[in-house]
Amino acid sequence: MLNIKILGSGCANCKRLEAVVQKVVAQKGMEAEIEKVTDYAEIMKYPILSTPGLVIDGKLMQAGRIPSETDIARWLEQASAQQSA
Amino acid sequence: MTAEESRARQGYRNIEQGEEIVENQVVHPVKLHRSDGFAVLKIAIAAVVWWVAYSALQPVTEWLAYDVIGLARSSHLGQSVAFFLYDVPKILLLLSGTIFLIGVVRTFFSPERTRALLGGKRQGIGNVLAAMLGIVTPFCSCSAVPLFIGFVESGIPLGVTFSFLIAAPVINEVAVVLLYGLFGWRIAGLYIASGLTIAIVAGAIIGRLHMERYVEDFVWQLPAAQGGFEEHLAWTDRISRAWQSVKDIVGKVWLYVIAGIAVGAVIHGYVPESALAGIMGKQAWWSVPAAVLLGIPLYSNAAGVIPIVSALMEKGASLGTVLAFMMSVVGLSLPEMIILRRVLKPQLIAVFIGTVGIAIIMTGYLFNLVL
Repeated sequence: MLNIKILGSGCANCKRLEAVVQKVVAQKGMEAEIEKVTDYAEIMKYPILSTPGLVIDGKLMQAGRIPSETDIARWLEQASAQQSA
Repeated sequence: MTAEESRARQGYRNIEQGEEIVENQVVHPVKLHRSDGFAVLKIAIAAVVWWVAYSALQPVTEWLAYDVIGLARSSHLGQSVAFFLYDVPKILLLLSGTIFLIGVVRTFFSPERTRALLGGKRQGIGNVLAAMLGIVTPFCSCSAVPLFIGFVESGIPLGVTFSFLIAAPVINEVAVVLLYGLFGWRIAGLYIASGLTIAIVAGAIIGRLHMERYVEDFVWQLPAAQGGFEEHLAWTDRISRAWQSVKDIVGKVWLYVIAGIAVGAVIHGYVPESALAGIMGKQAWWSVPAAVLLGIPLYSNAAGVIPIVSALMEKGASLGTVLAFMMSVVGLSLPEMIILRRVLKPQLIAVFIGTVGIAIIMTGYLFNLVL
């Protein structure tokens, strides 16, 4: 199961990112746990300077903008391929 | 993924956590792919269409107002309608073009690169550089906290960090384009110059006051996150991101622009000339601080403020007062203070508001005096 974290303290783009991620996960029929991280002390454990941030299996994939659905799908597939490897 | 998409992805990868940010890193060498050629062609076509539309605006809107709608050229209503029909597409075209160009420039200035450029800079030169980088670095006040923590943790002085945090919201592309479109180059240039000066001076003062102990303690206790987030972008990525920001920003502000210009047109017709001279003119000494105080709780984007500002000026408000009001609205916003309260103690928030507020007031007086 994939672990996805949305880093951001309730900004408008953080909510949009969460919705996009949920949509892609549903489309791909993947099993994923989506976690919203709003505590700054937690967020700053990742090397991030702008929100929203997208973390997949502990790896920061994007910061400061909402990636395209194709990018998210590609990252999710890579991460699940790594898990099964 | 289609073949074209995968071509576009070449040259795009994320460096994983753990790599150090190299100071003064050079911009990635430009790699041209075949899809870049298509992108260049598309941009060339878009630029030609933009230019034709922009130069055709005046004749077409006059023809619409006077010949199609049939309003008399000399009538006040006819002139207002022609003005409205001309101004709305003009501002929207200027906005789209500028946001696109700045959007491309901004793909070269991530907050991460700005932090690397500011690393190791002292007070003074650091304040100047930080204020200028504030113009080109993409910034949203919702990201103010991670940016603040990331900057001070990497050793950038507090005052330099503040110069960035002041310049970034005050000098934004929407404000500058609207000022240029409605008032011309002189006032847009004055606005940029005074915004930079305020950010540099206020940041330098905050740095001199040595207020590090008024940053919330948890900020200093956080372990510095290792490495940085860095992207390598192909030109197609830069162009599609710039186009995305055009859609985002214009999609957000177009209604304000239309409403603002419409309100301005109505005021133009029905409010008597110099109605505001008494309360917002040069004679009223208290009008500048009053405008700044009024601007703090008012939170709006520049697109919502500037058309109102232009109507105020037309009715006798002075330029210094009006620019002070605008800077206060975009630079000293209550929501941003509430966000920053998470990392700053009240004393430092107060000094921040006080220093920037006084700097804006002095700029307002200066403009009222010399213009």
